[in-house]
Amino acid sequence: MTLRKIGVPLAAIVILLLAWEFLVWANGWPDYKMASPSDLFPAYVQYWDLFIVMGWQTLWRTIAGLFIAIAVGIGLGMIMGFSQTMRDALYPLLVGFNAIPKATVVPIVALLFVGAHDFNTVLIAFMISFFPIAVSISIGLSTLEPEYRDILRSLGASKTTIFWKIALPKTLPEFFGALKVAVTLAFIGTNLMEIVSPHGRGLGALFDSGKTNSDYPLMFAVLIALAALGIVLYYIVVFLENIFAGWAERNPS
Amino acid sequence: MQNLIEIKGVRHAFATAAGPLPVLDGLDLAVAEGGFTAVVGPSGCGKSTLTRLVAGLLIPDEGEVWLHGAPVKGPRATVGMAFQNPVLLEWRSIIDNVMLPLEIVKNSLSKSEQRDRARYLLELVGLAGFEDKRPSELSGGMRQRASLCRALVHKPEVLILDEPFGALDAFTREDLWQIMHDVKEQEPFTGVLITHDLREAIYLADHVVVLSGRPARTQYVLELTPGPRSIDTLYTPEAAQMLKDLHTQIRIAQGRKEGDAA
Repeated sequence: MTLRKIGVPLAAIVILLLAWEFLVWANGWPDYKMASPSDLFPAYVQYWDLFIVMGWQTLWRTIAGLFIAIAVGIGLGMIMGFSQTMRDALYPLLVGFNAIPKATVVPIVALLFVGAHDFNTVLIAFMISFFPIAVSISIGLSTLEPEYRDILRSLGASKTTIFWKIALPKTLPEFFGALKVAVTLAFIGTNLMEIVSPHGRGLGALFDSGKTNSDYPLMFAVLIALAALGIVLYYIVVFLENIFAGWAERNPS
Repeated sequence: MQNLIEIKGVRHAFATAAGPLPVLDGLDLAVAEGGFTAVVGPSGCGKSTLTRLVAGLLIPDEGEVWLHGAPVKGPRATVGMAFQNPVLLEWRSIIDNVMLPLEIVKNSLSKSEQRDRARYLLELVGLAGFEDKRPSELSGGMRQRASLCRALVHKPEVLILDEPFGALDAFTREDLWQIMHDVKEQEPFTGVLITHDLREAIYLADHVVVLSGRPARTQYVLELTPGPRSIDTLYTPEAAQMLKDLHTQIRIAQGRKEGDAA
């Protein structure tokens, strides 16, 4: 069972890499057109120290942005979930804000807080990722069946008790679904800022320097490193989901 | 016998976009201590509103709701509720679901006494051995039985059942009717049952109240001999006559005369 769980995705990765290698080899593409997996290893070996430093910077900013997104998203979601008026007021604003491509916001933020690179990066990661969390929490809370509330209310339970005993646990599966989306979005946000802002740091900056120096294998190596980080964070969320909302998964029987 | 539940001249209207919608208009209901009253009526006539009044979840515009000699001003812990939807918490085991009211209502039971109480009730309804299962692992009838245990665990004075067996198949329903009689003998309560099923009403209750169409008022009250029954009592000529009377009353409540096409 565990062999299957680890072996199958691992085999898929190997097959993908082989296909990629074959595609480049069969077309005879030079590495400035399309780097192949065999070009990546030298790039990793050469820049390993940079990958560790930059990778860590990207990772902590993404996680910091995510934590702020979770806090703000839950707060907004609770406000919208419990109050119809606030839902009517905030939804169009949120949808509008979410519709603005964050790539266009990056230069504005970079100018607004010039030099505050860490702050700006975390800010963009947060801005791009809080929306699904806020929506999922608000929907989870507002669609709570009235009978659930009545069961506790008829016993004299307070609103706070109802929230902790029923509303919050019942919303957790939706929350984790949204968090999976938010994780990948936050990575996009972090890298947008890292690539665009001058003298940036993080994997995005490493990508940018690869571009400046026409080091194509390095650029591809950064992309793969980002993918790896994304996978790691995603599965951390899955792990937490299994602990806190594992009950929502139906056991096949 | 003293009346535990006393509803006098209740009027209530819901505020809607199209103006106030009267749901109850001149509703009277009295349930003696230890009594079991079934409420039937056309759909949408305000039967569920009635349960919310008794539970203190709703304060009527006019009229009085009395519980145990005191006017109802808000929710009271002396009420247990079960609905058509069993609303068990999916993330809790069955026994933790049953114990939920004890976490809210003040009581002097220790944690292990609470467990014993929940275990005892689950055994009473035939769910012994299912304490640690999740609700999703149980059938609809079993979930409804667990929901019943939760409604009874804090020894409420009043048990409110809002179409609790409505979503179950006929045979499961008959099993649960029998369980209700057994439970009532072991764990006496005063009951209000909302139902669409006339057979269910005359099988379980000692009074059957027919509500008129919306806005609902008390239209007809049928009195039965109290006490436990067997399913055979449903096939006696007396039962047939009662069902026919109730049916006629429902037709009148719906605004149709006897003999009209449905």
